Amino acid sequence: MTQNAPFFTPDRSQYPAKKADGTLDIDIASGKYLKLWQGPNHPGITGNMSVELTVCGDEVVEGKTHVGYLHRGFEKLMERRTFIQCFPIVCRICVPEPDFNEYCYAAAVEELAGIKSPERADWIRALILEMGRINSYMMYLGGQAGALGLGVIGQWTTYARDLMLDRFEELTGARIYHMFIMPGGVRDGLPEGFDKRMEETLREVESTLKDVYDVMFCNAVFKKRTVGVGYIDPALVDSYGITGPNARAAGVAKDVRKDQPYLIYSQLDFEPVLGQDSDIFTRADVRRRDVLVSVDLVRQILAKMPRTGPLMATVPNVLHWKIPRGETYIRGECSRGEYGYYLVTDGSGYPRRVNVRGPSYTHAVSLLERMIVNLNISDVASLMVSLHTYPPEIER
Amino acid sequence: MSVRDLLSPFAAWKNLFRDPVTIIDPLNDRPGAPRYRGFHQNDMDKCIGCGTCETICQNGAIDMLPVDGIETKQGDSGLRPRIDYGRCCWCALCVDVCMTKSLTMSNAYTWVESDPDAFRFTPGVDKKHWDNAELGYHRPEEHQLMAKVRLPMGEMEPETRIESFAEIVNGYTIEQARLEADRCVSCGLCVATCPAHMSVPDYIAAVRDGDYERGLKLLYETNPFSGICGSVCTHKCETTCAARHDGDPIAIRWLKRHIMDQVTFEQCRDIVGGPRPATGKKVAIIGAGPAGLTAAFDLAKLGHSVTVYEAFDKPGGMTRWGIPEYRLPYARIDQDIDVIRSVGVDIRCNVRIGKDILLDELHNSYDAVLLALGLQLGRATRIPGSEHENVRKAVDLLRQATAFEDFGPPRQAVVIGGGNVAMDIARTIARLQKKEFGRVQVTLTALEDLAHFLADPDEVKEAGEEGVVILDSRGPRQVVIENGQVTGLKTWHVKAIFDEQGRFAPSYDETDEQMHAGSMVIEAIGQMTDVSILGDTLTEKLTWNRGRLQVDAGGRTSEPWLWASGDMVRGPDVVSAVADGHRVAQSIHEMIAETEQPK
Repeated sequence: MTQNAPFFTPDRSQYPAKKADGTLDIDIASGKYLKLWQGPNHPGITGNMSVELTVCGDEVVEGKTHVGYLHRGFEKLMERRTFIQCFPIVCRICVPEPDFNEYCYAAAVEELAGIKSPERADWIRALILEMGRINSYMMYLGGQAGALGLGVIGQWTTYARDLMLDRFEELTGARIYHMFIMPGGVRDGLPEGFDKRMEETLREVESTLKDVYDVMFCNAVFKKRTVGVGYIDPALVDSYGITGPNARAAGVAKDVRKDQPYLIYSQLDFEPVLGQDSDIFTRADVRRRDVLVSVDLVRQILAKMPRTGPLMATVPNVLHWKIPRGETYIRGECSRGEYGYYLVTDGSGYPRRVNVRGPSYTHAVSLLERMIVNLNISDVASLMVSLHTYPPEIER
Repeated sequence: MSVRDLLSPFAAWKNLFRDPVTIIDPLNDRPGAPRYRGFHQNDMDKCIGCGTCETICQNGAIDMLPVDGIETKQGDSGLRPRIDYGRCCWCALCVDVCMTKSLTMSNAYTWVESDPDAFRFTPGVDKKHWDNAELGYHRPEEHQLMAKVRLPMGEMEPETRIESFAEIVNGYTIEQARLEADRCVSCGLCVATCPAHMSVPDYIAAVRDGDYERGLKLLYETNPFSGICGSVCTHKCETTCAARHDGDPIAIRWLKRHIMDQVTFEQCRDIVGGPRPATGKKVAIIGAGPAGLTAAFDLAKLGHSVTVYEAFDKPGGMTRWGIPEYRLPYARIDQDIDVIRSVGVDIRCNVRIGKDILLDELHNSYDAVLLALGLQLGRATRIPGSEHENVRKAVDLLRQATAFEDFGPPRQAVVIGGGNVAMDIARTIARLQKKEFGRVQVTLTALEDLAHFLADPDEVKEAGEEGVVILDSRGPRQVVIENGQVTGLKTWHVKAIFDEQGRFAPSYDETDEQMHAGSMVIEAIGQMTDVSILGDTLTEKLTWNRGRLQVDAGGRTSEPWLWASGDMVRGPDVVSAVADGHRVAQSIHEMIAETEQPK
């Protein structure tokens, strides 16, 4: 795993020994190992989860992901709510990038109810999704730098993100939980003068990214800590369900926007950003370049989108909306990878089952637990952030 | 790694020479965006307390509660939404579904309070600093979560329908009914308005679900005249429907009719459930109209032996003898009455009380007697010339038309009156003229101006389409008689119908006189009850109130054995009579139950 990392030789991964059943033979009482909980309250953790580390010296020999800090149970909540009542809930499954929940849920409901959202609404949806992607990456860049002590990056990206939140506020009426993409369409069109203010914001984002590039990516310390660390073998991508920048940094061109274009992405001109080295640095760089792609996409969308036309399809009375028996899976490319909603309806006014496929589930549980072994304790936070995980996606 | 990687990070220092981006005073310098979903506002002038906001709130943050100073009235529950900001998530679905657009959101987002309970408040009632904020989320005009427009009811073209007395409206198809039923928000304001308090939202839900059996059961719980009401109800419910504030009211009457269209007579009979075990008590009812038969239905279901005496040869009262067939086919009346008969009600037609049987005899042989006489006599204008034999009362002509009696339809007719009865007779005459003479020549003159017609707007529109000339604000002055023949009606223009005290006292512009030619003048200005059957002694004994029998809340007159109900005490319309029938049946049953008790 660490073949590209010169600073991690020699390979000490052979201890502890394996028992006959394949598990590690760790005897805590021997004094050789130590249990260390990273999280849930820890600056090096990505929100409401924790990693139970077994360390030998400063090297991790085993890591276990623990969730259970979000006592909400969104999927179950939704089974007791009408289709429209689920709409304000879904966004809460991912705070920094809530719009994918809104889109996937709305598209799933629309498909099963036999409704087609108007074209203008599709463009606005794509615009919102790209705005959300920029925000999510901005938050990530701050987190990735912060995990290695580069606190100033977070301050800059938060500023740029805040400007984008202003755009969200004027478009959707809210900064974080937008609740704007409804089954049937979107609530409203673009406000007057939105394009101009968006262009100013995009310039600010680009300028911030330039600063981030100088201070974070052209930084000996950052490189020393990230180049060659946290390598993901491209061969693992499919077997571990790795998607998004984590896969693209390994050179695997996976992007739902390209592979199975949804909304209006087939009408936009862009290429998925790829990396080669598949380490923390490459993943950060792929995301940085992905922001630039999104900035470009926002400009394309604003230039091409229709300015008139309906924003909502005709929907049945939402108070007693019943959807015929059916099931569907709707996917989209969010900043962390493939986001999906599996919706089952049974002809009643309530969803029979909503299953949220958040990319963090595979990234922060099975993949993280595999990658964390042999890592230095001080690199755990950096690795975890580099997988860009949002725990509510794991614990829905 | 290169020298650049060592030096480049120091670029961060350039921020020392930049202005800070922090907003110094966000509370004042940073208002919410124009469509920001901030704190709630509620316009008390618009809110009708329909509770749709409460229904849709997925957090249960909204409770509908009574508020001091706001009274319950027709079309307003008197309740107002109280919002708990400990639960609200500002999704604004409540704003999106608000039927009157009274609920909105301001762009205010700061609120400091030391008392946690203060965050549970009633917008619009509890005064807040953002109450007058203009910015904030208001439902965009095109953003509709429910359909505004009523499904049009298919009906015959005017040219076709004038040819016969066939029913005009087609009734909804199952798909149309489902779509129309889908528009209902189940607020229940209609239930409070309906005189019979029919469970409208529930039977509309049954239409939505296609469960007509359930719908029928709900109809029969409150109204044994659902078939008739489905066609001709005055649908007061639709005047208070929450949907009318931003779109068309739900077609409640047509949905009721749709249920009745979808079920068979056998289903109705089975749901009603046949005769009940007898109590041995006997009740006589005079008049087989909606009030009398509803009371008969209720009392028979309680096991009492009920005999209904009807003077005409068929039961139904004014629904049969007053409403033309093109509005209400007779088969529908027969079906409703046959269901009532199936619980054991004995209806004896062609029995006129006072002539065939005396009221005293009924008094002696029954435990209770109910008068449900209806309004059978037409009122007269008493203008000069109105005593002529060709000046007729609308109710008499309608009765003759129903009985297929030839009363000699005039080539040219003038109708006085602007209510539904006036429309009924005008359109009936129009059909007869079309058949006899091949053309329609009916003029209708009404005291009211068009905007204040007492008749249903649909009726006025349809009468016009059928060739009836409708003249508003015309007061009748004289029936012109030449050589012993009626030649027309003279009218004056009406300046005002009521005087300053609001009393009925029309004032006329005498310079604006018109002559409306016609060989028959028909008065359709109201009806009254024929109380001659009571006889002088009883009339003397009973208490009267402005020409109407005085009754208590249960319909009991000042004579303990005698009740009265229906149009003769309140009304006039079918559903009010049905409601009255229920009330009076309850009162009679309570009296019977009281006398049963051992002393």
